[in-house]
Amino acid sequence: MPKVIVVTSGKGGVGKTTTSASFSSGLALRGNKTVVIDFDVGLRNLDLIMGCERRVVYDIINVINGEVSLKQALIKDKHCDNLFVLPASQTRDKDALSLEGVGRIIDELKESFDCIVCDSPAGIEHGAFSAMYYADEALIVTNPEVSSVRDSDRILGILAAKSKRATEGQEPVKEHLLVTRYDPKRVAAGEMLSVDDIQEILRIPLIGVIPESESVLQASNSGTPAIHLEKSDVAEAYRDVVARFMGDDVPMRFTTAEKAGFLKRLFGGR
Amino acid sequence: MSLIDNLLDYLRGDTKKTAIVAKERLQIILAHERAGRNASSPDYLPALQEELLAVIAKYIHVDRDMIKVQLEKHGEYDVLELNIMLPEDKRAGA
Repeated sequence: MPKVIVVTSGKGGVGKTTTSASFSSGLALRGNKTVVIDFDVGLRNLDLIMGCERRVVYDIINVINGEVSLKQALIKDKHCDNLFVLPASQTRDKDALSLEGVGRIIDELKESFDCIVCDSPAGIEHGAFSAMYYADEALIVTNPEVSSVRDSDRILGILAAKSKRATEGQEPVKEHLLVTRYDPKRVAAGEMLSVDDIQEILRIPLIGVIPESESVLQASNSGTPAIHLEKSDVAEAYRDVVARFMGDDVPMRFTTAEKAGFLKRLFGGR
Repeated sequence: MSLIDNLLDYLRGDTKKTAIVAKERLQIILAHERAGRNASSPDYLPALQEELLAVIAKYIHVDRDMIKVQLEKHGEYDVLELNIMLPEDKRAGA
């Protein structure tokens, strides 16, 4: 049964696109035929993070308008043969992203893909709504910071009230909390909300913690999803997230500050 | 607060960590926002406000934004709060 997963947050800049890129790559690495869709019409960026920006010819609006076939618009990922990117339109009006049109695309994708990952734009406007409407599951990307937690709560409210599953009275969208940009040292110093605090406030199950790391910027600089980086906490954290999503029992990591040992300091651990 | 108090606070570790402040603030604001979201009642509030306005306008001249209808939760009770600001009596100043 194919799954539609939305990566959403409400707030901007918390790591939705970074997560969409790494999460979809991770699903593909685990053998799922995966497509990742950029819903940020007008501010397309997933293509840059995936490193396929120069291969974009058609976009989701072209497909919705029937100008090209889905097959023509899908871009094959450079790292995984079973991963495809459907870019957002850079020029069109965001209203062109009709709910009905998105539904048609998702239905067609369900015929040949196992996982359909929807990278939501920030905000609670039309783009974010169309990204979440058809979701079966949701990754709620949250930073340990008050405005991000509040916006996540808002998004959870919308998912519970306005998603297709909610309006049709089906089983609710399965929600997963993903805490990103986490700094255990600052948590230990009482300067940052802890994962437990965030979980207690938002009351949804935790799927993973992505540590704050310099390697995320390096990954985006080079157009490589962070999950492919070697010797990186972030890559390992994302692999854990994918494993848990697939049902593996993986203990949480990167939640407590570890004192850098002599060897780690010597050889580096990033 | 004197220097001694500050020092004692420091030694006792009384200064509230900002993460705790953040958590408390979030719990309060989200409880409030969730209550507003989940309440089934606000549907009728705009209509109620309109009708009240119509009745009041029969007797007194009031502006549209001078009347506020709010539903709040106080523990077990729902409180319907009606706030009408009457215009200042123009004759009073004359």
